[in-house]
Amino acid sequence: MRMNETKKGRFGVHGGQYIPETLMNAVIELEEAYEKFKNDPDFNAELEKLFNEYAGRPSRLYFAKKMTEDLGGAKIYLKREDLNHTGAHKINNVLGQALLAKKMGKTRLIAETGAGQHGVATATAATLMGMECVVFMGEEDTRRQALNVYRMRLLGSEVIPVKTGTGTLKDAVSEAMREWTRRISDTHYCLGSVMGPHPFPVIVRDFQAVISKEIKKQIQEKENRLPDAVIACVGGGSNAIGSFYHFINDKDVKLIGCEAAGRGVDTFETAATIATGRLGIFHGMKSYFCQDEFGQIAPVYSISAGLDYPGIGPEHAYLHDTGRAEYVPVTDEEAVCAFEYLAKTEGIIPAIESAHAVAHALKIAPKMPGKIIVITISGRGDKDCAAIARYRGEDINE
Amino acid sequence: MSNIARAFNHGKAFIPFITCGDPDLETTKSCVLEAVANGADLIELGIPFSDPTAEGPVIQAANERALRGGVTTDKIFGLVCDLRQATDIPMVFMTYANVVFSYGAEKFISTCREIKIDGLILPDLPFEEKNEFLPLCEQYGVDLISMIAPTSEQRISMIAREARGFLYIVSSLGVTGTRSEITTDLKSIMDTVRRNTEIPCAIGFGISIPEQAAKMAALSDGAIVGSAIVKLIGEYKTQAPKKVGEFVKKMKDAL
Repeated sequence: MRMNETKKGRFGVHGGQYIPETLMNAVIELEEAYEKFKNDPDFNAELEKLFNEYAGRPSRLYFAKKMTEDLGGAKIYLKREDLNHTGAHKINNVLGQALLAKKMGKTRLIAETGAGQHGVATATAATLMGMECVVFMGEEDTRRQALNVYRMRLLGSEVIPVKTGTGTLKDAVSEAMREWTRRISDTHYCLGSVMGPHPFPVIVRDFQAVISKEIKKQIQEKENRLPDAVIACVGGGSNAIGSFYHFINDKDVKLIGCEAAGRGVDTFETAATIATGRLGIFHGMKSYFCQDEFGQIAPVYSISAGLDYPGIGPEHAYLHDTGRAEYVPVTDEEAVCAFEYLAKTEGIIPAIESAHAVAHALKIAPKMPGKIIVITISGRGDKDCAAIARYRGEDINE
Repeated sequence: MSNIARAFNHGKAFIPFITCGDPDLETTKSCVLEAVANGADLIELGIPFSDPTAEGPVIQAANERALRGGVTTDKIFGLVCDLRQATDIPMVFMTYANVVFSYGAEKFISTCREIKIDGLILPDLPFEEKNEFLPLCEQYGVDLISMIAPTSEQRISMIAREARGFLYIVSSLGVTGTRSEITTDLKSIMDTVRRNTEIPCAIGFGISIPEQAAKMAALSDGAIVGSAIVKLIGEYKTQAPKKVGEFVKKMKDAL
C-alpha cells in the first residue's frame, strides 16, 4: 500500500473503478502487469535508460536569478520539464505506460489529449516502440492547438477530432474510453493524467514522481535543504502530483496546485474544480467535478486546453480534503501576464498551463523573503504563441 | 419477488429503451404508452447524462437534445408519476452513476420506490463498485441490475450469482448502437450464467431488426433495443409515438 492510498485504488473517498463491465478485465490485467513490472529491475533499468537517453532526463532545476531579484522575496527555482523531449512532462508517463503496454503484448496505443502535449508524447513513444497510435482530441482543441495536430500526424499517428459535447478534453477522454470498449485485446489506453479508474491514477503518479525525486536531490545539492513551497499547475494533475509526491511526508514543504479559473471563479467560464466543483463520479473515478445540481458535467472553460477539464485526479482531491496541499485558482489574464513575464524576465517561454503556476508564484514570492520556492514548468510555450498573440489582439500565422 | 420478474411471464420479453425528454417529455410519455400497448414487457427509461461514455452516437445525440430541451431528473420523476396513472408495466431507469450520486443517492432511490420504478441500470457501476448504491437499493426495494459483457469471462459467475431483477447481457464489444452482425459467443456466456442464477437474462446492444431480436431472445429470456428506437424518435420527433408502437409490435411478434 502506497502513501495516500487508504485502500486499494482509493484515496480517502476518492478514486475507484466506475467503468463499464466491458473494461473491467482490461484494468485488472493492467493492474496485474503493473504490479509485476513496477519493482522489476530490468523494467526499471530499461525505463531509466529511456528517460535519460531518449527524453533527456534528469531535467534541470534552474535558479531563476532575475525573477528572484525582480520579485525581491523568495528564491525561485524552476523545474524545467519543458526541456524534456517533446517539450513537456507528459513523456515521463508515456514512456512508462508504452513500455508496460509492450510488455503486456499490446500493439496499439490510444490516448486523449487536450493541449496536444500528451498526444504528441504518445505518438512519439508509439513510433519509438513500433506501435500503432490513435489520438482523440476535441475539435475545438484541434483548432487552438493546430501545431500539435500536425506534429502527431507527422509522427505517424491518426488524430481523430471529437465533435461531441464542448469539443474539448473531457469529450476526448469520453471518446477514448468508448474506443477502448470497442477494441481491447491489442490496445492499451495510454491515459495522460492522474485520473480515470484505478490503477491509472497510481501508475501515472508513479511515472511522474520522477519530477519530485529529482527536485529533492537537486535542491539538496544547491541549497542543502528542502524548499518551502512547490508550485505546479493542475488540470487532471499529473505534473502536480509528480512534483508533490516525494514531498508529501515533508510537512514543512507547502504544496500548491494552481487551477485554471478561466474568466474567474465567479463566472461560468471557469475550470477551477476545487474552487467551484463538488463530489461526483465521472470518467471512472470519484472525485470533485464541476457539475450542475442534477450532476450534469459542466462545460468548463480555460484559455489553456491542457487545464480545460471539469475534474481533478482523486489523489489531489484527497490532498485537498486532508489539507496537505492547497489549491488556488488562477485566471486566464493572470496566466497570460505570467507567460509574458517569464519570457521577458528569464528568456523562458512556458506553456500556458505552466504559466498558471508562475502566476501564483508572482503573487506569493514577494511576501516570502528568505524562503525557497520551486515552480514546475511542466511544458514549453511554443505551442501557445499563436493563441496568446490572438488573446492580445494580434493575429499571426503559425 | 421483484416486479421485474413479471416482465418475463409472457414469453420472451421485449424491452425498449427510450431517452426521456427527447424531443420533449410529452412525446416520451406517448412513446412509452404506445410501446406498452404494442407488447413491450419492460420499459427502460434513460435519464440523460451530459457525457454518456457507454453510448454510441445515436443515444449520445438524444441525450444532448433532451438536455438542451431542459429536461431534469425531477421532471423525469414527474413523467413517471404520470405514466403510473396509466400503466403498471415494470419500468427501470438507465442512467449514469453521477446522476444518482449527485441527486443524493438516498433521495434518488427512495423516490424510485415512491414512483414505482422497479430497477436501476448504471453502466458505469461495475460489480466492484456496486456497494455505492446496493444497500440503499435493497432498503427501498429497487433492483440494481448487473451487466455481463463479452469480456467478462471468469467474472460471469461472480456477477450472475449476486444479480437482482434481471441480468443485462451486453451482446458485443463497444458502445450502444446498431450492428449488422453480432459475433460474440453468447451461448457459452449464457451457459455459464444459467449455472449460476435463475433470474431472467436479456440481451442488448446492437439489436435493430426482428431477426436479430428473435435470435437473441432464443438464446436468452428477452431482447433490449435502444438505438433503433431512439433513432426513430430522433427522426419523427413529436410524430414518433405511432412509429415506436409499430416498431415494438414488429419486434415483439418476432420473439
